[in-house]
Amino acid sequence: MLELRNVNAAYGNIQVLHNIDLEIHTGEIITLIGANGAGKSTILMAISGVVPIRTGKILFEGKRTHKMSPEKLVALGICQVPEGRRIFPDLTVMENLDMGAFLRKDKAGIQEDLDYVFSLFPILSDRQNQAGGTLSGGEQQMLAMSRALMARPKLLLLDEPSMGLAPLVIKQIFEIIKMINKEHNTTIFLVEQNANQALHIADRGYVIENGVITISDSAENLLHNQDIQKAYLGI
Amino acid sequence: MDYFIELLFAGLTRGSIYALIALGYTMVYGIIGLINFAHGEIYMIGAFTSFIVATVLSIYGFPLLAIVVIAGVAAAVWSSAYGFTVEKLAYRPLRKAPRLAPLISAIGMSIFLQNYVLLAQTSDFLPFPELIPEFAFMEPVAHIVGSSDMVILVTTTLVMIGLTCLIKFTKIGKAMRATAQDKTMAVLVGVNVDRVISATFVIGSALAAIGGLLIASHIGQINFYIGFLAGIKAFTAAVLGGIGSIPGAVLGSLVLGLTESFATGYISSDYEDVFAFSLLVLILIFKPTGLLGKAEIQKV
Repeated sequence: MLELRNVNAAYGNIQVLHNIDLEIHTGEIITLIGANGAGKSTILMAISGVVPIRTGKILFEGKRTHKMSPEKLVALGICQVPEGRRIFPDLTVMENLDMGAFLRKDKAGIQEDLDYVFSLFPILSDRQNQAGGTLSGGEQQMLAMSRALMARPKLLLLDEPSMGLAPLVIKQIFEIIKMINKEHNTTIFLVEQNANQALHIADRGYVIENGVITISDSAENLLHNQDIQKAYLGI
Repeated sequence: MDYFIELLFAGLTRGSIYALIALGYTMVYGIIGLINFAHGEIYMIGAFTSFIVATVLSIYGFPLLAIVVIAGVAAAVWSSAYGFTVEKLAYRPLRKAPRLAPLISAIGMSIFLQNYVLLAQTSDFLPFPELIPEFAFMEPVAHIVGSSDMVILVTTTLVMIGLTCLIKFTKIGKAMRATAQDKTMAVLVGVNVDRVISATFVIGSALAAIGGLLIASHIGQINFYIGFLAGIKAFTAAVLGGIGSIPGAVLGSLVLGLTESFATGYISSDYEDVFAFSLLVLILIFKPTGLLGKAEIQKV
C-alpha cells in the first residue's frame, strides 16, 4: 500500500532521514520505534507531504505521492494524527470533527462516520459543543483520532498517541487502534516511544536510529530481540 | 443632553467605519501574522472605485438606490481584486521569509498604491457625490443624528452580522478559524491554506471598500491620501481591541470612535489624534494584548 524507497530528507543542512526503505501492506498495523529526534515524526510528515524529501520516492497504492500537496494526499486517504494531537483549541469538538471531513461532500457517509466515532468515544458526543482546548489530554487524543477518522482514511498515521497520557487511557487508546484496524480494515502506521504497547498490537515493526532504519522484523521477534529489549523495552 | 447624544452617534458612526477597516487588519493578522499596511490603500481604492462608478451612473440618470448598490458592489469587487493581487504578488513569495520582510513589502505596497492612484487619478480632493439622501422620517431627530450616520450604522451592523455568520457557520469560515489556530494541522486535514489566505484578503478588502464608500459619501470628498490616516486609525483600533480577535476589532473601533468624538466635542478638536493615540498607549501599558486579545504562548 505504502512504500518508501531510499528516502532522504533534511532541514536546511542537517540531514534527518538517510535512505529510508519502508513498506506497509493493506490492513497491517506497522509500528516505528525509536528515540527522541531519530526522525520518526519527519517520516510521517514526509508521507503527509508537509516535509519535502530530497531524494528517493514515496508510493501510495502504486502512485508517486511525494510531490503531491498535503490536501491531495488527504483526499487519497492518508490521514495523520500528529504528535501533540493538535486539536483546534477554539473550535468546538463538533467543529473539530467537521474539519476532519473537510474534503468530503457525501453527507450520509459523514453522518455514518460521526456515529461511528461517537460509538468509539461516547465522551466526545457529550462534549460536542465544548471548545477543543478545554478537553483533557486523553479526550484530546480521542478527538484527534476521531478527526482523522472523519476523513475515512485508508492509511492512518499516528504519531505518539500515548504521549503524556495515563496508563489506563493509553490502554484504551491502543485497544481502539486495534479495533479501528479490525473493523474498517484501516491500515495503521504507528510511531511510538512506548515500544512495548506498540509492538503488542503491531504486525511488524521498524526501528529507527539517527535517521537510519536499523531493524525491520515481525513485532513478535522484535519483542524478543535482546537489543530491543535493552534499548526500548527497559527489560 | 442633545449634544451628548449627538457626540455619541458621531462616535459610533466613526467607530463603525473604523471597524470595517480594522476587521481586515485583524483577520489577516490572525491568519498569517502580518500587519497589512497596504490595507488602508485598499479602502482608498474602494472609495475611488465607488466615486467613479457613482459619477458615471448618475450621468446616465440611474436612481439613487441603484447607484449606491452598484457602486458598493463594484467597489467591493474591485478592491477585493486588489487585495487578492497584493497578497499574491507582495506577500505570498515571502511566506517563509523572516517576519520583517513581508512587513517591509506591505509598506512598499502601500506607498506604491498611493502613488499609483495619484498618477492615475489626481492629487486634488475630489467632491464625492452625496449618495445618502436626507430621509424624511429622520427629520425630527435630524439635529442629533444625520441620515448618513444612520445608514452607516445600519449598514455596518448588517455587514458585521453577515461576517459573523460567514465565519461561524460556513465551510470557508471554519477553515479560516482552523488555519488561524494551527496552520500545519489545517494542512493535515486537507485545507488549502493558500486559498484560505486569499479568501481572507478578499473578504477584508470588500469590507474596507464598503467602508470607503460610506465614509466618502459621509464626508463628501476623497483623495489618494485618505487611506493612510484611516489605515493607521483602524490599525490602532485593531490593536486596541486585541489584534487577531474579530470581536476585539469591533470593540476597539467603537471605543476609539467614541473617545475621539467625545474628546473633540468636549475638549478640543485640535487634539483628536492625540486622544486616539494616548488611549492606545494607555491600553497597551495596562493590557498589552488589547481589550479582547489573548496572550500569545511562545512555543519552543
